[in-house]
Amino acid sequence: MSTEYTAVRTSIRTASILTLFAVLFTAAMALTYRYTKPDIDAAVAEVKRKLIAEVLAPGRYDNALLEDTITVLAPDALGVDEGSLVYRARKNGEPVALIVEARAPDGYGGAIDLVVAVGADGRLTGVRATQYKETPGLGDYIDPRKDPNKASPWIDQFVGRSTQAGSTATWKVRKDGGDFDARAGATISARAVIGATARALAYAEANQARLFDAKTGERLATTGGSAQ
Amino acid sequence: MSAFHRDTWVNGLWKQNPGLVQLLGLCPILAVSTTMVNAVSLGLATILVMALANLSVAILRNFIPYEIRIPVFILVIASLVTVVDLLFNAYLHELYLVLGIFIPLIVTNCIVLARIEAFAAKNDPLVSTFDGIAQGVGLLLVLAVLGTLRELIGAGTVFGGIDLIVEGASAIKVLGEGYPGFLIAILPPGAFFALGCLIAAYNWINSRAAARKRATPAPVVPGDAVAEH
Repeated sequence: MSTEYTAVRTSIRTASILTLFAVLFTAAMALTYRYTKPDIDAAVAEVKRKLIAEVLAPGRYDNALLEDTITVLAPDALGVDEGSLVYRARKNGEPVALIVEARAPDGYGGAIDLVVAVGADGRLTGVRATQYKETPGLGDYIDPRKDPNKASPWIDQFVGRSTQAGSTATWKVRKDGGDFDARAGATISARAVIGATARALAYAEANQARLFDAKTGERLATTGGSAQ
Repeated sequence: MSAFHRDTWVNGLWKQNPGLVQLLGLCPILAVSTTMVNAVSLGLATILVMALANLSVAILRNFIPYEIRIPVFILVIASLVTVVDLLFNAYLHELYLVLGIFIPLIVTNCIVLARIEAFAAKNDPLVSTFDGIAQGVGLLLVLAVLGTLRELIGAGTVFGGIDLIVEGASAIKVLGEGYPGFLIAILPPGAFFALGCLIAAYNWINSRAAARKRATPAPVVPGDAVAEH
């Protein structure tokens, strides 16, 4: 090459080449992002649909559940500081169930994220743990996929339960004088899930009318309804 | 397949195995090998990234100034990992949720950068792609053995989590319904124990082969010496 190699020239040359590479590979990423975006959105929605189908039978509602949501700010009752998503299931316009995102802050391995489905009659139709760090093989029975007892998973004991006129006094593990089972050696995980479910249930029951009446997409700041 | 390709495979799978000899990429090896399905999935993702990264760098090698080669390599690896991450997210979503942070972390897997620097930057695209695949397969085998061992000892099953890939399939309970499980095999310390045992077994096989060779002096074949560790 006949060009003179000065410090400035070399820096500018390498900088331009690096920039060129950056542009080239950013373009490759942007293109992939664009082409995979619809599939990723569909996959995310599918996962949500599957999860919701586990806590509320798909035949029980006829509205576009994934779109009929509001965000509620009730950190005391639901444990989520940044606001929880609430899905509202209806049939022929009549309220069927509220599906509430809640968080148990006191799991053995940190917070446990839950979805709690509360029927309009105040009875739970299902609870699922969506994110948790409970000990594998010990505390992770709160997730029915990890529960060794496949025939009657631990988390299914919530189905059909309700508060006793708004009180959740008996919502404890048997060891603490309540009427819920826990697996030996991992009571803390059960205690956390039971407590958070009780708070979410009491909250949904106390605020039911407001939650169903709120406009789709609205952010609601609510207080009260958290028993215990 | 030429002798050169054969060497590439022998190195990737055995002599220079990334997991057992070079000990590069320990973070994903130890973290993801809790079940065979997880381990193999991450292994496949790594093979894909290594093949693509080696190919891209080998094609571009004459345009990369020596002084800035490392930033360019990292740029190439990071972009390709992002692409693979997006593809997993779109087409193998459930597996993507399980592997979580470990797909993005392929960027920090030293073996990818090591093969680019040591091999792809000096060789033509075809051979480099082969090298990336061979090294990736070597890593995959270690991951698969480790994952199978830990899952078998820890939970008494194989193919746990296969339902994330094949709908309706389920784990095989090798050690029976009543197996109580052995938690430490699944927890991080178990990964170190299991990898330690694997490396010990590897060295034992190699030293036995070396001893046998000493016992019966054979004609010297270049490139056939067994490395001592």
